[in-house]
Amino acid sequence: MAPSSRPFPTTRRDALLGGVCLCCLPGLARGSASLDEVSPGVFIRRGPDAEATPANAGGIANIGFVIGRDAVLVTDPGGSLADGAWLRAEIRARTQRPVRHVVISHVHPDHAFGAGAFLGDAPEFIGHAALPAAFAARGDYYRARLAELLGPENAGPVVAPTRTVGPDDAIVDLGDRRLRLHAHPTAHTTCDLSMLDAGAGLLLPADLLFVGRIPSLDGSLSGWLAELDALAALAAPRAVPGHGPALVDPAPAIADLRRYLTTLRDDVRAAIAAGRPIAATIETAAAAERGRWALFDDYHGRNVTQAYKELEWE
Amino acid sequence: MPARSLILAACLAAAAPALAAGNTEPDRVARWEQLAGLIFGDGVEIAPTETAVTLDAPKRAQDSALVPITVRSTPDAGVTALGLVVDENPGPVAAQVRFGPAGDPRELGLRVRIDGYTNVHAVATTADGSLVGNAVFVKGAGGCSAPITVSDAEAMAGMGEMRMKFGADAPEGAGRATLMVRHPNFNGMQMNQLTRLYTPPRYVTDIEVTRGEALVFAMASDISLATDPVIDFLYRADGPPAPFTVTVTDSKGERWSQEFAAPEMTN
Repeated sequence: MAPSSRPFPTTRRDALLGGVCLCCLPGLARGSASLDEVSPGVFIRRGPDAEATPANAGGIANIGFVIGRDAVLVTDPGGSLADGAWLRAEIRARTQRPVRHVVISHVHPDHAFGAGAFLGDAPEFIGHAALPAAFAARGDYYRARLAELLGPENAGPVVAPTRTVGPDDAIVDLGDRRLRLHAHPTAHTTCDLSMLDAGAGLLLPADLLFVGRIPSLDGSLSGWLAELDALAALAAPRAVPGHGPALVDPAPAIADLRRYLTTLRDDVRAAIAAGRPIAATIETAAAAERGRWALFDDYHGRNVTQAYKELEWE
Repeated sequence: MPARSLILAACLAAAAPALAAGNTEPDRVARWEQLAGLIFGDGVEIAPTETAVTLDAPKRAQDSALVPITVRSTPDAGVTALGLVVDENPGPVAAQVRFGPAGDPRELGLRVRIDGYTNVHAVATTADGSLVGNAVFVKGAGGCSAPITVSDAEAMAGMGEMRMKFGADAPEGAGRATLMVRHPNFNGMQMNQLTRLYTPPRYVTDIEVTRGEALVFAMASDISLATDPVIDFLYRADGPPAPFTVTVTDSKGERWSQEFAAPEMTN
């Protein structure tokens, strides 16, 4: 489905945004986590810029849900069974409408492992066409690691998608709003799914967009740069990144991420051309980016390694 | 070599449940004693060394799926063969390398998968047939970093493609080269969520590099080698003035061979 010439018409919902009284909604405060209503009916928990720990129950990604006229769509379900159970309670504090759709944006555990909390709702679990293969390869490994961290009872099962998307887009209709799901070629991972709520002017790119937190490269550097261009071309007024603030202006956020990835690509290419090995390249490539991203030292070395093994075959 | 590595793999698979588990230092010592017996022969003495053989590895792996390890040995050790063992991996023997008359054992770089916290051992066979060993401790990464290849069509694309790069700064008397091989090196740990069956492993078992008629090195490898194996090696500068021939065999018995012209020696 191609975007129309006016992909983001101003709607009555948009006009009402300023009128929504967030403080009148129940259940906003629960421990340190809370939800922001980033757009009418769209609730997002901002994940902390931290690694998964028992204290945060693996709840480090931006996760949330969309309340439509007929049903609720969850995306993402959360970083563990405990995280997913918390999210489900937050949904039930706001609406009794059925949870009919759970979108798993990609294979990474901080986004996927909350899905088990929604099994009782019998929703469709939606993922990229390549998600089953990615779960098959890594699901058990991730689950074992999460169980070590949180205890087996809190980790949650691997929930394979019951509906896959790609290569064609898919539409999920919640009655009063239609979400367009797009399966991306290999970028952040092999199985990135993004969503667009054109009516609300809201893009949900999941981990194709990191803001303030160092991105993790687990797919293809050149692929991710290409998909960033595609996301930018959508010209969505607002976006919910997979990590970072719950709501951002996508243009500068995409520009920041593109700068990091481009610098990484150029520096790693230069290192390969100079015959510098991976270990030495980790110390030098894109070092100027260090002060600009949270958790830089936890992920940057791995990003360099990923970039190196991709680009050395050019 | 393939026969030996298959037998070894079978032994390790059969022995796996009996291997020392746990991840305290005494557990690791006990595991290595058992592994060393299985791999190098019961009762064979491996003399510890901190000089004849050294390992260069990151203390904390940046990427569990690709951990660069460089093994160096001194010329007077006269190393003829080298085993690289990632103790805690399901297939611990990452590589067993035999150096030939056109090879130079002073430096060998490999990329391995590392599952969790583990010792990585290098055991060298010296000129008189005795074994010397050294080890480093490496912490595998967590989070999204998994030592497992996603089994898809993309990973199979171009299987068997090879490159050879020739580098500078080789030690006296040697040339430096990097061999790259496209191969997913599936470790057979991917479970189909519908059938609950594991995808069969498919990995590189043997890589042989010769120059003219002379062997540079022959390597038997296993599932601990990273996807798209890359090997940094040295060759004797006074070797035959002939092209390099690389032959790669995988666990399905598929074989690829390619020839690479050696660079002109300018000095």
